Amino acid sequence: MADPGRDAATSDTSGPTTSAAPAASGGADAWDRHLAELAAIPHARRLHLLRALLAVVLLAAGTRLVWSVVENPAFEWSTVRSYFFSDPVLTGLENTITLTALSMGLALVVSVLIANMRLSDNPVLRATAGVYVWFFRSVPLLVLLILWFNISLIYPTFSIPLPGGGWSWETKDLMTAYWSAVLAFGLQQAAYTSEIIRASLLAVPSGQREAALALGMPPGQIFRRIVFPQAMKIAVPPVSNDLINLLKATALVAFISVPDLLYSVQQIYNRTFEVVPLLMVATLWYMILVSILSLGQFYLERWLGRSAGARVSLRARAARSTT
Amino acid sequence: MTAVDGPATLPTDRRADEPLISARGISKSFGGHQVLHDVSLDVRRGEAVCLLGRSGSGKSTFLRCLNLLERAERGIVMLDGDLLGHHVRRGRVHRLPARREAVQRQQLGMVFQQFNLFAHKTVLENVIEAPVKVAGRSRREARADAVGLLERVGLAEKVGAYPGQLSGGQQQRVAIARALAMKPKVLLFDEPTSALDPEMVNEVLQVIRDLVVGGMTTIIVTHEVGFAREVCDRFVFLQDGRIVEEGPASRLNEGAEHAATRDFLSKVL
Ligand SMILES: Nc1ncnc2c1ncn2[C@@H]1O[C@H](COP(=O)(O)OP(=O)(O)O)[C@@H](O)[C@H]1O
Ligand SMILES: [Mg+2]
Repeated sequence: MADPGRDAATSDTSGPTTSAAPAASGGADAWDRHLAELAAIPHARRLHLLRALLAVVLLAAGTRLVWSVVENPAFEWSTVRSYFFSDPVLTGLENTITLTALSMGLALVVSVLIANMRLSDNPVLRATAGVYVWFFRSVPLLVLLILWFNISLIYPTFSIPLPGGGWSWETKDLMTAYWSAVLAFGLQQAAYTSEIIRASLLAVPSGQREAALALGMPPGQIFRRIVFPQAMKIAVPPVSNDLINLLKATALVAFISVPDLLYSVQQIYNRTFEVVPLLMVATLWYMILVSILSLGQFYLERWLGRSAGARVSLRARAARSTT
Repeated sequence: MTAVDGPATLPTDRRADEPLISARGISKSFGGHQVLHDVSLDVRRGEAVCLLGRSGSGKSTFLRCLNLLERAERGIVMLDGDLLGHHVRRGRVHRLPARREAVQRQQLGMVFQQFNLFAHKTVLENVIEAPVKVAGRSRREARADAVGLLERVGLAEKVGAYPGQLSGGQQQRVAIARALAMKPKVLLFDEPTSALDPEMVNEVLQVIRDLVVGGMTTIIVTHEVGFAREVCDRFVFLQDGRIVEEGPASRLNEGAEHAATRDFLSKVL
């Protein structure tokens, strides 16, 4: 750092005028020695007294809370243990998982479609997508669920008319409780997720698309290989949130008697009246599922973020080590 | 002084000195504001033309009209005998479908001011993406090609790096390799060094110089007038969307004729 201004200052024989300066008569040498001594002193870590205190209080309160749960007889932990892996609970768990997976799968496909329609140049496509989002965000999920379950009251038959005859079904044969739940959850989730996808697509810099165009890529390929993968990286944290919400929202199927996790434990405690331990069984399973999803989100984000590169992580590490 | 391809590579009915790319009467407006007025330009095979002009004079828009990133309202671009973006049927000019446009764009490479490397792909993936997925070349062949190109721009050791791990100058050199991988007939540069720190400008200019010397046909938008004078054959000066002066690049030295050009040169030199 050959800063001429600073050179001039340090070689100034009259010496600086700060109080820390050695006797002015010592001149440049003494000042340099003084600076070297200061530079040699190790830097002390700053004490965060308040932070440390807060940590102690939190630890104490946390321990107390956990203990109150563990030793409280109302939880009947032995009952929890006996039902945790019981057949009805495991069947309920399986239904919860498949219901969530199918609904989210449907939501992802529909939401990408809706997001693209909303970004289209065609006003009819744009408006259709807008109405879709408006409708499915307006109707409460529970109402939607019950409506789909009772759709046969509105449309008793479902038919695909073709010139040569076509097909026709009784709606109530198609629309079982399980599948009406998949439709209700999936279609409403699609309305919310499509907004995330749309924002993520818009967040990909336009230069990415232009570079692909300039290389002669056709539009479909640009979307699939360039824009969409980068949008996904942006969308993963909010979509993971949606997925976790959806997992817990599937508990609403108890209203239409689909034997999911919650409905299964309800059926048991309706017989045995062991309400609290059985609710604990369901709660613990939900917590385990959410933990697995969060872990998956963590690894997915790390994998998608691999292109962020060493520079970023080095800077992050540097930032961490200084605090 | 320019390398001209041998006549063997040309269709028999076309002469070697015929322009490779001809733009005629290009006009373009953005929402009522006319940005290009009737711009015409011919570039011969192996020629390097630099496009000069103040910021906002329409240089980028003109380049983007050439490779159909922007749609001119009037005018045509002819590349090596192909009418770009249009076809003529029953005496009328029709716009080509997006897919056919994409095929035509493969013949023009473009290097952007902001590099625009695909951020989620490694250097090698950036370079082989279009050859494999668009031109349908085999992965092995494209890979060998890409490594050769990256060697030419001095980045062979960076094949596995992501764009975010490279300096601006390195990114721009990868962008040039990526454009070359499609074996374009002409390469368009839109201020390739304007986003770079000063110490990286030269490494990029050197790569462009090598390409021009090697006979690549180029149109270069740049504010590096010294480089333009040394490397280019011809200059074109745009002002408010019109070509106000063109001539041999050596004239950038002796002083241009038009007052606007002289004024511009006095400010950037
Ligand atoms: N997409 C656009 N929408 C509206 N105006 C634009 C757009 N692109 C360029 N322009 C305008 O066109 C003019 C020429 O721009 P540009 O071609 O980028 O100039 P240059 O590259 O010479 O600096 C400027 O006035 C600019 O504001
Ligand atoms: Mg520009």
